[in-house]
Amino acid sequence: MEIANESTPALAVSCTFKRQSRLASTESVLHIPHVILDLDKFIAKERPFWEELAELLRVQSEDAGRTPPLSEARRFYYLYQRAAADLVKLKTFAGEAETARFLENIVAKAYSQLHSSGGESMPFRPLNWITKTFPCTFRQHWRAFALSIGTFAIGALFGAAALKINYDLKADFIPPQFAHLNEKPSKRVEREEKQDFDAFQGRHTFSSQLMTHNTKVTIMTMVSGFFWGIFTLILLFYNGTIIGIVMFDYLSDGEGIFLTAWLLPHGSFELPAIFIGGQAGLIIARAMFGWGTNLKLRQRLARIRGDLLTLITGAALLLIWAGIVESFLSQYHSDRFYPWKIGFGSIQLLALILYLSLSGRHRSTGTPAA
Amino acid sequence: MLGQTTSLEVRTLEGVTFSVPIASPFSRCLALAVDFAVVVALTLLISQFIGIFQSSVAEIPVIGSILSDFGAGATILLQFIVFTFYGMVTEWLWSGQTVGKRLFKLRVIDDRGLSLGVKQIVIRNLFRLLDILPSTFYLIGSISCLITKRCQRIGDIAAGTLVIREIEAKPPEFEEMLAPGENSFSTKPLLEARLRQNTSPEEARIALDAVARRNELSPDNRLHLFSQIANHFREVAEFPDEVTAGLSDEQYVRNVADTLFRRARV
Repeated sequence: MEIANESTPALAVSCTFKRQSRLASTESVLHIPHVILDLDKFIAKERPFWEELAELLRVQSEDAGRTPPLSEARRFYYLYQRAAADLVKLKTFAGEAETARFLENIVAKAYSQLHSSGGESMPFRPLNWITKTFPCTFRQHWRAFALSIGTFAIGALFGAAALKINYDLKADFIPPQFAHLNEKPSKRVEREEKQDFDAFQGRHTFSSQLMTHNTKVTIMTMVSGFFWGIFTLILLFYNGTIIGIVMFDYLSDGEGIFLTAWLLPHGSFELPAIFIGGQAGLIIARAMFGWGTNLKLRQRLARIRGDLLTLITGAALLLIWAGIVESFLSQYHSDRFYPWKIGFGSIQLLALILYLSLSGRHRSTGTPAA
Repeated sequence: MLGQTTSLEVRTLEGVTFSVPIASPFSRCLALAVDFAVVVALTLLISQFIGIFQSSVAEIPVIGSILSDFGAGATILLQFIVFTFYGMVTEWLWSGQTVGKRLFKLRVIDDRGLSLGVKQIVIRNLFRLLDILPSTFYLIGSISCLITKRCQRIGDIAAGTLVIREIEAKPPEFEEMLAPGENSFSTKPLLEARLRQNTSPEEARIALDAVARRNELSPDNRLHLFSQIANHFREVAEFPDEVTAGLSDEQYVRNVADTLFRRARV
């Protein structure tokens, strides 16, 4: 235990505090070493205010969405300020750990209640979100989307080229869960077109599997952006490679119409959703690099948080629809229906392009709505 | 590295500084294990309910098989929803707490000590998909917790959040804590004045903290600690035998704390 050599007279605490608080600023008071607060008296006087604040905090925490009346909010703010001032006094003049911990606890909770992290005061309006927020956010980051598609396309070209050079590589590239794609396309088409289609049997399960799998892939493509986008690009490239292999395989076997009728109805939503996941991942990557800004990492990430949420929600909605279409329409293989399926997929794709390109723009200027 | 920062220091606009203790990786692991158990229990419960539904509709002609398949699809979807949204919903409803965090008195807060926003809750839970890798071993999240100053997993960094320990502190009852009954030192006001005069706030705090936390100490440590502190204060101000006779070291320190904190009068 270290013993102070100074021997400044220890004044009676409450008196000392009152006098010093009148005379000096907080900073100067902080440097007076030998003053001890009359803790018993201090706590007895202030305790009712602390307990009142603790009670208000308890009430608020039990109903997070509650909006307190103005009088209560004012009282809450007064009690917070009083508790904060008490904390300063206690740390400065007494340093008693137990009470300081209690006060720090309620001051921290009250501070958290009073100050939000911002940007969430606007109520969520679904129609506004669909017609403006999502498409505008998408367009705001179109470069990231273009890079996402570009990487996927390069992957697709790579897959097609690899298969052209060595067809035996197909089995190595196709993941186990898509093992049925290893079958020769013309054989599969012949088999599938002969099968009777049961519109419901097994479709719900298949649809659910597709939705959850694709949503996971899209979220993973986004969150992988945290590693400076490397894994996002790898995932996009890999998925592109698989699609490139499948497309080359079917086209080279003369099954282009089957392929289009099979993939377009759901792919027109599913692939853009994955590209949007990649777009979100690349936005994170840009924030990680911090190009063109002096902001700190936490500030850069905070700025993109809303956009990420918008994009991933939009992608998830697209995937839900894609899962339903893939289960109940895409798997129905009959040459009579190919034109209808291709037409449906084309209209869907066109509608999505128009929606993402135009929705939420001001007609007069063509700029995104505020 | 691990343990580099144990508390979040917040300086408010009013200039008040307070600290909030950051949760350790170990306590977070325990909370996570509880949450995992809750998620598994919920998914099993859903499977059971839907299983009952499937078996009850299986015999219905024509639509029986369709409803049964619908049940299987719903099970997959609901399990995914529970896994993905469990953390989001509970943290939103309970202001940053899940079942596991409530049990171990942990809470997610904004990394500036502010209230947690919905966006932050969603982002930190979406990033869990990355943190749990490889497979579900949580290796990436664990490494991130160990190497970051504030024990943040990647989801926390992306969302600007951290996990803190909740303290259920109450102001101590000084009537009970300090010298119960009459403080024998009070018969010697001049010596009490000398004790106050020669004691620094740091020394006073040590005496008070020792008294406040005496029940947390093992018997041997308690004896040893109070012996050291009492000996120190005996040198600061020497009270005569008539007021210290029969006083244990612990009682001596309680009298000292009582003199310094309760009986200080002009």
